[in-house]
Amino acid sequence: MAKGIRDKVAILGMGCSKFGERWDREADDLIVEAYEEALKDAGIETSQIDAAWFSTAIEEQHVGKSGVPLAMALRLPYIPVTRVENYCASGSEAFRGATYAVASGACDIALALGVEKLKDTGYGGLPQRGRGALNSMFWANVSAPGSFAQLAAAYRAKHGVSRDDLKKAMAHISVKSHDNGARNPKAHLQNKITEEAVLKAPMVAEPLGLFDCCGVSDGSACAIVTTPEIARSLGKKDLISVKALQLAVSNGQEAQHNFWDGSYFATARAAAKRAYQEAGIEKPREQLSLVEAHDCFSITELVTMEDLYISPEGGAVKDVLDGFYDADGKMPCQIDGGLKCFGHPIGASGLRMIYEIYLQMLGRAGARQRQQEPVRGLVHNLGGFPHQNVCSIAIVGKHGA
Amino acid sequence: MVGIASFGGYIPRLRLSRKAVVEANGWFNASLRAYARAERAICSWDEDSLTMAVDAARDALADRRRDGFRALYLATTSAPFEDRQNAGIVAEALRLGEDLSTMDVGASQRAGTSGLIAALDAVAARGGPVLYIAAEKRRAAAASPHELLYGDGAAAFVLDRDDGVAKFIASRSSSVDFVDHFKGKGREFDYNWEERWIRDEGYLKIVPPVLKGVLAEAKLTPGDITHFCLPCTLPRVAQSLARAVGFAETSLRPNLDGQCGDTGTAHPLVMLVHALQEAKPGERILVASFGQGCDALIFEATATLPAMQKTRQGVLGSLSRRKEETNYARYLAFNDLVKMERGLRAEVDKQTQLSTLYRKKDMLLALVGGKCERCGTVQFPKSNICVNPNCRAMHSQVDQPFSEFTGRVMSFTADNLTYCPDPPAHYGMVQFAEGGRMMVDFTEVDPGRVEVGMPMRMVFRIKEVDPVRGFTKYFWKAAPIGAAKES
Repeated sequence: MAKGIRDKVAILGMGCSKFGERWDREADDLIVEAYEEALKDAGIETSQIDAAWFSTAIEEQHVGKSGVPLAMALRLPYIPVTRVENYCASGSEAFRGATYAVASGACDIALALGVEKLKDTGYGGLPQRGRGALNSMFWANVSAPGSFAQLAAAYRAKHGVSRDDLKKAMAHISVKSHDNGARNPKAHLQNKITEEAVLKAPMVAEPLGLFDCCGVSDGSACAIVTTPEIARSLGKKDLISVKALQLAVSNGQEAQHNFWDGSYFATARAAAKRAYQEAGIEKPREQLSLVEAHDCFSITELVTMEDLYISPEGGAVKDVLDGFYDADGKMPCQIDGGLKCFGHPIGASGLRMIYEIYLQMLGRAGARQRQQEPVRGLVHNLGGFPHQNVCSIAIVGKHGA
Repeated sequence: MVGIASFGGYIPRLRLSRKAVVEANGWFNASLRAYARAERAICSWDEDSLTMAVDAARDALADRRRDGFRALYLATTSAPFEDRQNAGIVAEALRLGEDLSTMDVGASQRAGTSGLIAALDAVAARGGPVLYIAAEKRRAAAASPHELLYGDGAAAFVLDRDDGVAKFIASRSSSVDFVDHFKGKGREFDYNWEERWIRDEGYLKIVPPVLKGVLAEAKLTPGDITHFCLPCTLPRVAQSLARAVGFAETSLRPNLDGQCGDTGTAHPLVMLVHALQEAKPGERILVASFGQGCDALIFEATATLPAMQKTRQGVLGSLSRRKEETNYARYLAFNDLVKMERGLRAEVDKQTQLSTLYRKKDMLLALVGGKCERCGTVQFPKSNICVNPNCRAMHSQVDQPFSEFTGRVMSFTADNLTYCPDPPAHYGMVQFAEGGRMMVDFTEVDPGRVEVGMPMRMVFRIKEVDPVRGFTKYFWKAAPIGAAKES
């Protein structure tokens, strides 16, 4: 196996806009809001950036195609700008591009920036959009909640969990994320909710109710990365570096072959195994300090805890109800509120998750700061549908750990 | 000799309560109260004449080879396309191959029987087998009596040079431009004249000579007819005709008015299938129809009929597969008879790339996937590289139809968010017993009744309609096997 990315690239600075219904802001306003924070954090000038990766997933809704919108918004001086899209894992893809560029030596300093302006559709939820000419002719009439809801049916069938028990664990996940979001001033949703409210909410796609679904938000997040040597030369002391960057993409086995039972993510398991190997992690349940999972829906977070080999298979319901993943539990998951409450501006989400781990590592997370000093954090960023998806796993942590 | 080698029938599962319709419209037209009994069959939003034609044909083809058909004829006055051969779409869905003569027959309520006579003549002249289908889903204006009287349904026959299960004895036709109703070009609905005139000057004067003529041609007497099929929703007309010609009173077949309603140009043949499901060997069936003239045909049941009666769903089986619909508003919505706020999500452009459709027509219309000749893995869609991770052979797949596969629900949801004309949209992963799987839309399911492990079969249905261009898109959906009877 290749030697991997571990400790080859450090995060020089990060920024994140306020997420939410930013009715008064264009995408370029959000881009600049995130970028200004990152630039100040990095302590550099725009002219020092060698290349940029720009992630948006539903660009037809706002900026349009190509790297031009980023170059225009930031007035980048004719440097390479690559626009990336990989479903909801697009933000992680931008980060991967920038990190690999630095690791290869082709760039000293690189920028990864993601943005999404989703609240201009005229209706709630993700935009309804085409899926490709042929796909539109034969795919089931799937929505995001409808495709992820099926995890619950298959998970229940496999593990013999009653509908009520699973709904209760799912409700705990949402209540926990709202508790965490309430301590995050940049979060889209900052209100606490009760389990009763979750269970009584209108049904979106059986068995997912309104509170089982994450927010659809406007927002932007970005990272400036460089080598550990350059970071130190620029005066950085507590380096946060990249430990692993893995991506697994469905090839049709789940959707068209016979082995997958629908209750988990085959991609997440493949990516997690490789990421732990790359990061030198043998016991994730003990060695990880924090997890930012792609909690687009409560059930996604639940099964993902097993796919990441943190909860044993069939054991996530118990861990969730035990409070293992609560902010004051053994391993907080979505300590910032997650997609559920921080929000989900698609192209920015992967970068937002890394942003949170970065803040927590540096003790800059304010009211939601984890007191037990975090060492390694895992970012799980997923796009697509359970039966065909893109799964990214990034592990970042203290340099040398 | 020429005969019916096989038959099949299809009546949609939904039955609209006439009482519910009259309760909604009786304030406006009090005379509708006379019809407030029993029910009529209605298509769900994803059914039309073509999907019903495919359903009826699959029933007729259940245990038969699909190669070697000489022709497929489709009779309907409610085709989804005015210019794109509808019979050709059915032929694609049924995988009858390209070496086939196809033709649409329409423009009259008599099309169903006229086309059948022509098809039997063609078999006599050039041989068979020929697949003959009649299907109808007529639109009717809200608050009209026709909305209550019409029904949706289809009948299918395999015709061949052999006596089959019912030997063709004789036929007779007349052509009279008697305009009891018409539907002008571009018009949505029929325009109808007075019923008493239709009865006295139409049925009672135009039909009897043809009935007498077909008996003469067959060298039979009225007493030789055991089953007399004549669709007519006017009260007592069929009885009067039977009496006028001399048929036994017991020969009058039920017109299924209270079960499925008048299925238009398909109805004489729906009644014929119904009769074939109950006839005994040696019994003779006379089927007649009225519409700018009259057609009449006589068949004689053979000794092989009883065996086939056990293996066909036909009309009897379809009628017992029933779900009552008491929500008249839903019927109006399904048929685009009321202006609905369908929401912004319904506005997505639904244009079909015709070149893509043509390239993938086997996959999209006939549900043909692939089977790897190296490892035997069946997979949908067919692809260049085998999906089996232990195989991955390239260019190894041959055509594998999935339409007759059965499977089980592996995962599912009922989705209230995605746009669907009949929410919640049910869909999920179906794992086929033969191997292969598909994330696919479900149809004929009821909220709260779907379960993991539920057995499913595949059915040809409307995927969506492009309202901008008037293009109906078809694909296959999963439906529960043996959909439960409901009271």
